[in-house]
Order: sequence, then structure tokens, then C-alpha cells
Amino acid sequence: MAEQTPVEKIPTVIADNVDIVYRVNGTGAGRGTATAALNRILRRKQAEKAAGVRKVHAVKKVSFVAYRGEAIGLIGTNGSGKSTLLKAVAGLLPVESGHIHTDGQPSLLGVNAALMSDLTGERNVFLGGLAMGMSREQIKERYQDIVDFSGINEKGDFITLPMRTYSSGMAARLRFSIAAAKDHDVLLIDEALATGDRSFQKRSEARIRELRQHAGTVFLVSHNNKSIRDTCERVLWLERGELRMDGPTEEVMKEYEAFTGDKKPAPKKPAPKAGAAKVNTPQPAAPKEPLPS
Amino acid sequence: MSQVLHTPPPTQAPATEDLAALAARHGLSVSGARPSLPEYVGQLWARRHFIGAFATAKLTAQYSQAKLGQVWQVMTPLLNAAVYYFIFGVLLGTKHNVPDYVPFLVTGVFIWTFTQSSIMAGTRAISGNLGLVRALHFPRAALPISFALQQLQQLLFSMAALVVILLCFGVPVAASWVLAIPALVLQFTFNAGVSMIVARLGAKTPDIAQLMPFVLRTWMYVSGVMWSIDKLTRKEPHIVRVLLELNPAAVYIDLMRFALIDSFDGASLPPHVWAAAVGWALLAGIGGFIYFWKAEETYGRG
Repeated sequence: MAEQTPVEKIPTVIADNVDIVYRVNGTGAGRGTATAALNRILRRKQAEKAAGVRKVHAVKKVSFVAYRGEAIGLIGTNGSGKSTLLKAVAGLLPVESGHIHTDGQPSLLGVNAALMSDLTGERNVFLGGLAMGMSREQIKERYQDIVDFSGINEKGDFITLPMRTYSSGMAARLRFSIAAAKDHDVLLIDEALATGDRSFQKRSEARIRELRQHAGTVFLVSHNNKSIRDTCERVLWLERGELRMDGPTEEVMKEYEAFTGDKKPAPKKPAPKAGAAKVNTPQPAAPKEPLPS
Repeated sequence: MSQVLHTPPPTQAPATEDLAALAARHGLSVSGARPSLPEYVGQLWARRHFIGAFATAKLTAQYSQAKLGQVWQVMTPLLNAAVYYFIFGVLLGTKHNVPDYVPFLVTGVFIWTFTQSSIMAGTRAISGNLGLVRALHFPRAALPISFALQQLQQLLFSMAALVVILLCFGVPVAASWVLAIPALVLQFTFNAGVSMIVARLGAKTPDIAQLMPFVLRTWMYVSGVMWSIDKLTRKEPHIVRVLLELNPAAVYIDLMRFALIDSFDGASLPPHVWAAAVGWALLAGIGGFIYFWKAEETYGRG
């Protein structure tokens, strides 16, 4: 595959036959009962299944190469493994087999977990920035931009109020603004664009385009087909953990919309398009484990 | 749009070597691999501001809903000390043979609380912050250290209250008060180390958090928080006494009493107490750090 790749294209993320498996305690037979727990402790390795540990094969044999300057959309129905794949690319979830190679440190766009609703917006800007690895000086430099971008102060001096007093839209906007303040090598966005009002969404899209120029590669998970079309030029379609299709946005989206449009009788193998996008047929050998959806 | 057209979709079988070779050629690194120990220390140092800010933020957020607000930072330890004074000083009469019993007790309670809450926070440092661990990239040791730092800040509030109590009970200001600083540094190192150990245990087995209060309560009662090991174990066999006195919690409590209370003099201290304090700090600090780092890449999993 390398021979088709022009020299100037620099790969930033390479996923090589990646499998991701979740192990969930306390499900299945006799969930949560004392005997099941005891069983689990005593017979740890031999009988994971009998002891009620369920394996969920969330991503199956996915390979792709992402290049610098690309914005890639990840689509698929709920529970198809999009967010899981994103977390693995960020190095936050270990892979079961295969490898994920990255250039620099990919970061998930999201700081909500580091923010504290009891603190003022102002302190949260600093806390979130520090959590992302920015220095105090960098944050001070960009503080005004972050606040202006979020538009929190458009309706009064809200930035000095605790975040718990914000409306959910305001809080989401501030979170996005903090997260987008840093330049990332590889940026992973999970459904972030759905937040805020229309004018904020427009600003977000513009900011993502800007981040893309500065940084390397942007991955966007979204169920909003429009924002995928507006932001991405390449789309990966995951279904039941398998990479179903990989190609230019329009071609993949057409197939995907056909798939979601007439639910059940969707063709298992969509006819290969004449264009560059090829359809990955599901591997026959792949284990068919039920995914919770 | 045109550039993606070159990107062929991955083909299953032959791609394996090609992709690995491509990654190697462009110097890409494997995502989510554990850094080496020196790299890890470097990353942790780079996040020192986050550690500090996170600790302070937690501390501030703690009482932000209360009407009295930050006054509780001082009120909580004082009320704690009052309860222990009522039970052990007044009802049980442990105070008979201890001079300056109130300063003795309050110092013990505050110093013990520092260790206790650091360890309790440590058990939940990873398991209680999975959202953070799964969303952001940072050396995970930042969490237990940050929680220990939060407890240190909390202790500094308590120490301010303690100074007032000491002065009220007629304990003179002395040069030996300066010794409180090295004692606190050593105790902080010890606490952070133990926090990291229980953080790793708690990340794998969250049940530890249920068990810990019982372990800690037992530990408190043998650490001479409200009674004097020196006075009560005169008749016990030597080995019992040595074991009780080498217990790290007792070491740090005794050191602080020695530093602050003039009637608690060198004779009340066990032999080699500073050596024990440094030894425990190094053992827990370095050992805990390495133990925690060994599982770095597994935190936040499923």
C-alpha cells in the first residue's frame, strides 16, 4: 500500500489490525450474587465465562492510516465501537491485539471530567488548561480568547460564577472552548459539535478547521450527518466493531444513509462503488459475539 | 477531498508488515505504552502546576456549598478534637498521667487525620476519577499525589487552629517549632507513597475502599493518638514497645509533639526516631511510586 502513497503525505495515526475487548465483571449468570463473586475470585483464569465475566468484543480487526491535514469522520450506529476506537487511539484504552502507532500524543477533546461545578468558570479555565498540559503562562495568554469564544460573558459577567449556576448549554460551550484552546497533534472529538446554539456550532466548526491547519489530524465522532459533511473529507464507517467502509465523505455517507434509512433489510455487503472507496466486507471468520446495544 | 482518494482502505492480510514498517519509517510511537521511569518523573514534573491546582480546587470546592464556607476548614478539625477530648480525656480519663493533655491529644488527632485521609483519598484516587483518567492524558500518579497535597493543605489550616490551642493552654513558643517543617515534609512523602500503593490496589479492586476504614481505625488505636505509648507500655515486653514505637504513624505523631509541646521532651521520644521517620518516608515514597508506575498503562481499563 505504501507505493501508492505520495512521499509528502505523512501518516499521523496508523491502526494495525486492532482488536479491543472489554471485560465486564458481575454480568451474565448469577450477576452480583455472593456466590458468583466468590466463584470469580477462586477460579480467576480457568473459567472467566462461568464466573460471570463477559467479554465484549467492541472493535474487531480495524486497520487504517490517517495522514496529516485530514479530518476524518467516524460514523456508525450506536454501540458500533466508535468511541472505543477513539479512546484506544488516544492511548486511554489498551488494545487486545494489534497496534496503534501515533505521531505525538493524540488527545481527546474533552475536559469536562477535570472541571468542578462548584468552582467559578474562571478557575475552571485554568484547571482545565492545566489538566490538558498547558502551562500557566499559555493559559493566561489565551484566557481572554477562551472566554470570548465561549460567549459566556455575552449575557453578563458569568465567568466569575460557579459553573453549577450555568445552563447546560453554557457549560457545554465553556467546556468546548477550554478543550479547543490547545493545539493538538492529533485531535479526537466525540460528539462535541452537537452542543450550543446554531451560532456557537458555526464557530466550533470554524475552530475545528483552524485546529486542523495548525495540528495534524482531526477525528470526529458524530451522529449528526451534517456536521460530518461540513467538517470531514474522509469517513470511516464502523458497524458492530468492524470497519465497514473507508473513503471520501460523500460516498460513505450515501451508503450509510441507505443503511440507516431502511433499517433491517440493509444489504450485508453493499455493492462496491466505482470510486476509490472500497467496501470492507465483514470477515467471515470474525467471532460473532452479541454486542450490547 | 482529492487527497483522500489515494488512501486505500486497509486490506487484511498483507497490511500487517506494511503498516508496522510505515509506522517505523515515520517514527511513530505505540499509543498508550508505559513510559520509562525517568520519562515518567519528567512528565510528572511537567504537570506539577496541575497537581497543585487540582488539590487547591478540590479543597475549595469541598465547602463551597456551606453557608459558613471556608470556616469549616478550621471548624472540622476543632470539632474532631473536641469529640476525642470529651471521650478520652473526660469520660475515660486517659489524661491522668499525660501533661498538657489537650495539646497532646489535638496534635495527635490532627497528624493522624492527615495520614488517614490521605490514604482514604488514595484508595479512590483512580477508581473515583475514572472519567478524568479516561478522558485526559497525564501521568496517573498526579492523582494520588494531588489528593495527598490536598490533605496537606487541609492540615495547614488545622495547624493554624492548633497554634491557637497551644497558646491558650500555655504552651510556650519555642525554637523547636521549626522542626515541625521537616516532620511534615517526611510525613507527606510517606502519605503520598502509601496513597499510591492503595491507589493501585483500589484501581484493580475497588472493594479496598470498603475495607480501608477498618484497617485505619485499628491503626489509629495502636498509634497512640489519644494515649501515650511511652507511659502505657512500661510494663509490656520490650518487643511490643519497639513495634508500637516504630509504627510510622506513631513516629510522625511523636515527632510533631516533640516539636510543638515543651513538656513532651526528648526522653519521651523513642530512640532513632528521625532515622525511622526518614526511613519510612523513603521506603513508602520511592517504593509506592515505583509500584504505582508499574501498572501505569492499565489504569482506567474497563
